Amino acid sequence: MSSNNANGRLRLYQLLVLVATFLLWYVLTSPALLPPLYFDDANQAAFFFGEPQKVLSRIWEWFASGSIYEHLGVTLLETMLAFAIGTALGLLVGLWLALSPMASAICDPYIKAANSMPRVILAPIFAIWFGLGIWSKVALGVTLVFFIVFFNVYQGVREVSPVVLANVRMLGASKRQLLRHVYMPSATSWVFASLHNSVGLAFVGAVVGEYLGSARGVGYLILQAEGVFDINTVFAGIIVLTGFALALDAVVSVVEKRLLVWRPSAGETERSI
Amino acid sequence: MNHALLLENISCTFISRDDRSQRYTAVKDTTLVADEGEFVCVVGPTGCGKSTLLNVAAGLLQPSSGSVSVFGERLAGINNRAGYLFQAEALMPWRSALDNVIVGLEFRGVERGEAVERGNDWLRRVGLTGFGNRYPHQLSGGMRKRVSLAQTFILNPQILLMDEPFSALDVQTRQLMENELLDLWSAERKSVVFITHDLEEAIALSDRVVVLSAGPETHPIGEYRIDLERPRDVAEIRLTPHFIELHAQIWRTMKQEVLKGYVQQQR
Repeated sequence: MSSNNANGRLRLYQLLVLVATFLLWYVLTSPALLPPLYFDDANQAAFFFGEPQKVLSRIWEWFASGSIYEHLGVTLLETMLAFAIGTALGLLVGLWLALSPMASAICDPYIKAANSMPRVILAPIFAIWFGLGIWSKVALGVTLVFFIVFFNVYQGVREVSPVVLANVRMLGASKRQLLRHVYMPSATSWVFASLHNSVGLAFVGAVVGEYLGSARGVGYLILQAEGVFDINTVFAGIIVLTGFALALDAVVSVVEKRLLVWRPSAGETERSI
Repeated sequence: MNHALLLENISCTFISRDDRSQRYTAVKDTTLVADEGEFVCVVGPTGCGKSTLLNVAAGLLQPSSGSVSVFGERLAGINNRAGYLFQAEALMPWRSALDNVIVGLEFRGVERGEAVERGNDWLRRVGLTGFGNRYPHQLSGGMRKRVSLAQTFILNPQILLMDEPFSALDVQTRQLMENELLDLWSAERKSVVFITHDLEEAIALSDRVVVLSAGPETHPIGEYRIDLERPRDVAEIRLTPHFIELHAQIWRTMKQEVLKGYVQQQR
């Protein structure tokens, strides 16, 4: 009962922080409430930082009219495609390199180089190659997701317990069955462990790609608004993106919980006979 | 009687990967036999290369010299007539207990329905009815060992290789498991090579005890037939005069080696 109470109070305080932030924002940017402290003109604060009531009404407008759904849908599609393709490629290449030491030794410096390169810089090239449609954003997301998955798979294969491996061989597994029943599950468990990271980066890839040049998507909305100095819409876009990212993360948590039931979680005790 | 497993003049020399001049001969000129249906225990001080010998018998490790034959045939690659129970955890953590038990059947292409039926039967035989859908981390150490036992026995191997399988268990659980092992063994009469550093366990379980010298260059230094009556209860048999007599006799040989092994570990 008391823990429930404490929890409720915590939520209340968290909500208060949000409300206070918006209030402070409103007070500091409203042209009428305070005399201009820093800016020469009373309207300049609102011009640079937007006004919360306008931002919120813009978000309301988007969802009420339904005009945002198309853009959210595009961004989500790009995120999903980038995640799926990046994960598949990372899994494939990771398995291949982890299981053939020669290939991994040859590729090692190039993988390190490709990983340390700031890959967002590839976005303009992808825009030229794949046009302004969704595929240039997917490509950018793929380059971000690929390395996360790749390194995790590589690690996962390397960390397979030699005893488990020997045991499975003694139980009669062929080379292909070893790959399917030992290396793959071990590698995918590591991929799931990095799910939050890779989904997050797929989302970043999609939004950054849209922002750099597109005709649809939430990143495009922000880009458009910025072009006409509509700071309220930029903030509205940012808030929608944040909410969306949180929702995506929650979905990942649910999926992770279902797929990794076999993993011992901290605090769970061994059940005795 | 036929030799189920014959290791002839096995030597294993390991070469350090970084420095090829660094060599370590774990096992030297060792000959070991297990007859059909015989329970052989191999005892020796810790770190004497017992596991190396077992890995050679399993086909997981190629000996530097010497040969292995299984039922008269020379072994090449994995010994597929043998089951291996490891000292460490060997279950796949991402598979439930039942799926771990039936994985060998799966590899052999046994149809799923039949495999599940046989898997559940084996879970029952090792006393784990109703635990089939638990994952290894949800089971206790003793239960995991039982799953490993079922996983190996379900394939009905003619030879069982066991590498201190119960050493991580507490004494009570261990004696329970040893009795269960003897029950399973007497029902199916497989050839067993059981490795342990515990002389009491060795005598309680086996038909024959082979004592190994301390490493490096481990080799057998004594062999004793254990003519205690069967069926045995491992907890009770330890108290019989004949057991104590055998123990004293074998310990006289083993003591020197244990001391040698101890001194080497101090260095």
